[in-house]
Amino acid sequence: MSTTSVDIHQPHGHPDDPHHQHHFATMEQQFDTSKIGMWLFLATEVLLFGGLFVGFGLMQARYPQEFVEAHEHLQRPLGALNTVVLLVSSFTMVMGVLSAQRNDKKKLVLFLILTIICAGIFLTVKYFEYSHKFEEHLLPPRWYHAQPGDTVKDPYTGQISHGYGTFFAFYFMMTGLHGFHILVGMILLAWIAVRAHRGEFSKEYYTPVDLIGLYWHLVDLIWIYLFPLYYLIK
Amino acid sequence: MSTDQIIQHEETDADHEPHSSGVYVKTLIALLILTAITVGASYIDFGAGNVVIALFIATIKATIVALFFMHLRYDKPVNAVIACAGFLFLGIFLMFCFIDFGSRDGLRPVNWNGKMPVETAAPAPAPGAAAPANK
Repeated sequence: MSTTSVDIHQPHGHPDDPHHQHHFATMEQQFDTSKIGMWLFLATEVLLFGGLFVGFGLMQARYPQEFVEAHEHLQRPLGALNTVVLLVSSFTMVMGVLSAQRNDKKKLVLFLILTIICAGIFLTVKYFEYSHKFEEHLLPPRWYHAQPGDTVKDPYTGQISHGYGTFFAFYFMMTGLHGFHILVGMILLAWIAVRAHRGEFSKEYYTPVDLIGLYWHLVDLIWIYLFPLYYLIK
Repeated sequence: MSTDQIIQHEETDADHEPHSSGVYVKTLIALLILTAITVGASYIDFGAGNVVIALFIATIKATIVALFFMHLRYDKPVNAVIACAGFLFLGIFLMFCFIDFGSRDGLRPVNWNGKMPVETAAPAPAPGAAAPANK
């Protein structure tokens, strides 16, 4: 088993590049293999969020009026701001990858830091949105307090419809899971920023930058769907 | 993007991603414009069309992100196959869930106390149709 360990300083690394692991024929093959693995992970991420999207869709079909009234409590400008922030962060991320491809260490570190800053802005805006909802008791059904604009009563119980709280249950679950992905992304970005600062990446070897970039774009891509579904539905 | 261009890119395999920032700047501008359009459209009432428009624009944006930021446009096709497979199976999941949902009626609330509707004295839902759907 000792030959499978990845010790770049040992002779079983290729002499041309210390990052080149001995079980890969070329650096390109090694890079492509890592990338396929990342894409498989991203496909499972799509399915993870997909389950929640399907659940959201079903509940919206079941409580259409409640969902429209509940979404009026979300602040559309803040959602739009966060969309722009994430799109810009995706841009800075891809510029970081480009800088790595160009052997530009300073710019790579700079763009990674800019991406982390954008992620920080996103989570800060999310914090203000969440605290507003906690204050107004816009929460999952058990803790939901009826709002002045709520019109739908449950025909069976005569009480306020379950749909309002259901909207916020999905809201917190989906944006919460997405926010968690942002947080994980920030940690990963900080990690590769430190490694980039140490000069570990070059145009021959920048696989971690590229793969974490892919992860970051997927997080952006999920928000691209979350934003219209939660903030813009009619 | 024509298929000729894709084939051309597959043939020039050695050259992966674009080596200038121009493509990425244009991608970002396109995404920001589409965001402005989707936010603007949400203030106009198209009835049921609002959801369709919002999801259509979101899909365009997601495709742009995947093609340019995620490099699928320039990558080996296997990565695009994996990405499409993920969305294909999500589509199957979504479709069957909605077929199931559409075949049910009289879904009762989770906090139902066993009494018949308060406001409308509708007859009890047909047995079998709603019983397993009692969420």
